[in-house]
Amino acid sequence: MDLHHKPTVDLQGYSPELRALLFDYTLQLADTSLILGHRLSEWCGHGPILEQDLAMANIALDLIGESRSYYQYAAELEGQGRTEDDLAYLRDAVEYKNPLLVEQTNGDFGDTVMRQFLFDGFHYFLLKELQNSPDKGLAGIAAKSFKEASYHVKWSAEWIIRLGDGTEESRRRIQKALDNLWIFSGELYTMTDTEKALAQAGFIPDYSGLLSQWEAHVAKIFAEATLEVPQNVFMQKGGKTGRHSEHLGYLLAELQYLQRAYPGLEW
Amino acid sequence: METIIEKSLEEAFEEKIANEIRIEPKDWMPEQYRKTLVRQISQHAHSEIVGMLPEGNWITRAPSLKRKAILLSKVQDEAGHGLYLYSAAETLGTSRDQMVADLHSGKAKYSSIFNYPTLSWADIGAIGWLVDGAAIMNQVPLIRTSYGPYARAMVRVCKEESFHQRQGFEIMMTLCNGAPAQKKMAQEAFNRWWWPTLMMFGPKDAESPNTEQSMRWKIKRFTNDELRQRFVDMMVPQAEFLGLTVPDKDLRWNEAKNGYDFGEVDWEEFWNVVKGNGPCNKDRISTRVKAHEEGAWVREAALAHAQKRAEREAVNQA
Repeated sequence: MDLHHKPTVDLQGYSPELRALLFDYTLQLADTSLILGHRLSEWCGHGPILEQDLAMANIALDLIGESRSYYQYAAELEGQGRTEDDLAYLRDAVEYKNPLLVEQTNGDFGDTVMRQFLFDGFHYFLLKELQNSPDKGLAGIAAKSFKEASYHVKWSAEWIIRLGDGTEESRRRIQKALDNLWIFSGELYTMTDTEKALAQAGFIPDYSGLLSQWEAHVAKIFAEATLEVPQNVFMQKGGKTGRHSEHLGYLLAELQYLQRAYPGLEW
Repeated sequence: METIIEKSLEEAFEEKIANEIRIEPKDWMPEQYRKTLVRQISQHAHSEIVGMLPEGNWITRAPSLKRKAILLSKVQDEAGHGLYLYSAAETLGTSRDQMVADLHSGKAKYSSIFNYPTLSWADIGAIGWLVDGAAIMNQVPLIRTSYGPYARAMVRVCKEESFHQRQGFEIMMTLCNGAPAQKKMAQEAFNRWWWPTLMMFGPKDAESPNTEQSMRWKIKRFTNDELRQRFVDMMVPQAEFLGLTVPDKDLRWNEAKNGYDFGEVDWEEFWNVVKGNGPCNKDRISTRVKAHEEGAWVREAALAHAQKRAEREAVNQA
């Protein structure tokens, strides 16, 4: 039973340069979903409420399923015979392209919810646009993922409000999570050369348009949650071009352990 | 007067049991029947929740994205089973909070099998194949158990469990057909899980204090020893098919009884693990307690927010 979507796209009309750009970008989307899904899956069995254990596993499953579709499509774009697992399990941290935000450790439930909230808004508005991409591969995966992201964005916003406008302790914790994670939010919207080139060619949206929608969403939820956005923050970046935090190496050591210890086997 | 009413209630109850009519939450039932059910259903729910831990241990290390997704979804199913079993037990008048407190204090038990560690990827296959296989054997008869909410919960649980077992067997098959290192991994996991799985059916009939009454009330449908024998008879051919050696030198086919004779379970180990001296008892409970305690502020916040919201709505409506 495969729950993921496998795109089959006619790539004949693409120049090698375009294919390389699309490969790079698809891989970035795949890495982002996988790393965040992996982080969320670490909660499984350890959630604060059984119902939320289930909810986080659900979101993790959506993201891992989505990453599989992207990896499969990336492999198709590359055309070198690599598989989804080759791409996920046999690349080192410097080759991973996810933004720094999603590799940050789980911390407490508030940190996890904040990381998710900052990402979900971006993810939601991006997928909404990406469904209209002239590239049918990306558009197809985006259409399926958009439905899931619509649920995620609601889940994390509700928890931001609950924790912000809950008890004194929960407000202190979620505000601290915001203070710590805000620095990683800018990278989501800082376009890499690949993203700029694809936006220019009309394959993906320009992120400045996404940013204004995201800012409005975030401001509205933070106001309801009585949270204050840190001011004049120097935004970190680097993940999307392979410069990661120290956390990613450990995450990959765990994720890739069996494939690295027993190369070339079927599992 | 009262004893006459009580007697007729009891007669009506016994009549339903005899006629295979389900007992429902609002029906009169003997106190001991209620107690037995709360004990059994909550134990079952706890087993699902604690059972998430040994398998959850491999989610982050699953060897392919497909295996990772399947394992995560399996462990998530277990959380779901826990939820509806807690709900079924709640219909008997015990709250989930109370049941969870009993688990954390050590008063309530859960299946001892989850006090064994998962040491390699093959353990995930072995658990699916053997442990879920034994669970199915224990649980399928419960679809006909006399208490309605429990029986209905079991319909759904069993459906998902049989999917789990298939995926466990499939992992074992992939390993057994793979490289020598994988086959070795499979055999090693099988060696460790075989005996603890046989212990899942509980003590021998002669030493099972609850069996007789539970059978009479049709909570239980088969004895521990009957189910254990069936399990061995079912699994030995499967192990042969996989090319695995059953770690029991006394195992042999008995033509006369049309089943296998097999060695004696290590009952000293069994009772020790039940009493808390298994390899992971302390870890499992402290992990659950930690999650619960560290989640306290989240539950308090959710409650406080819901109250604030209700108050605001009341003001708006006034």
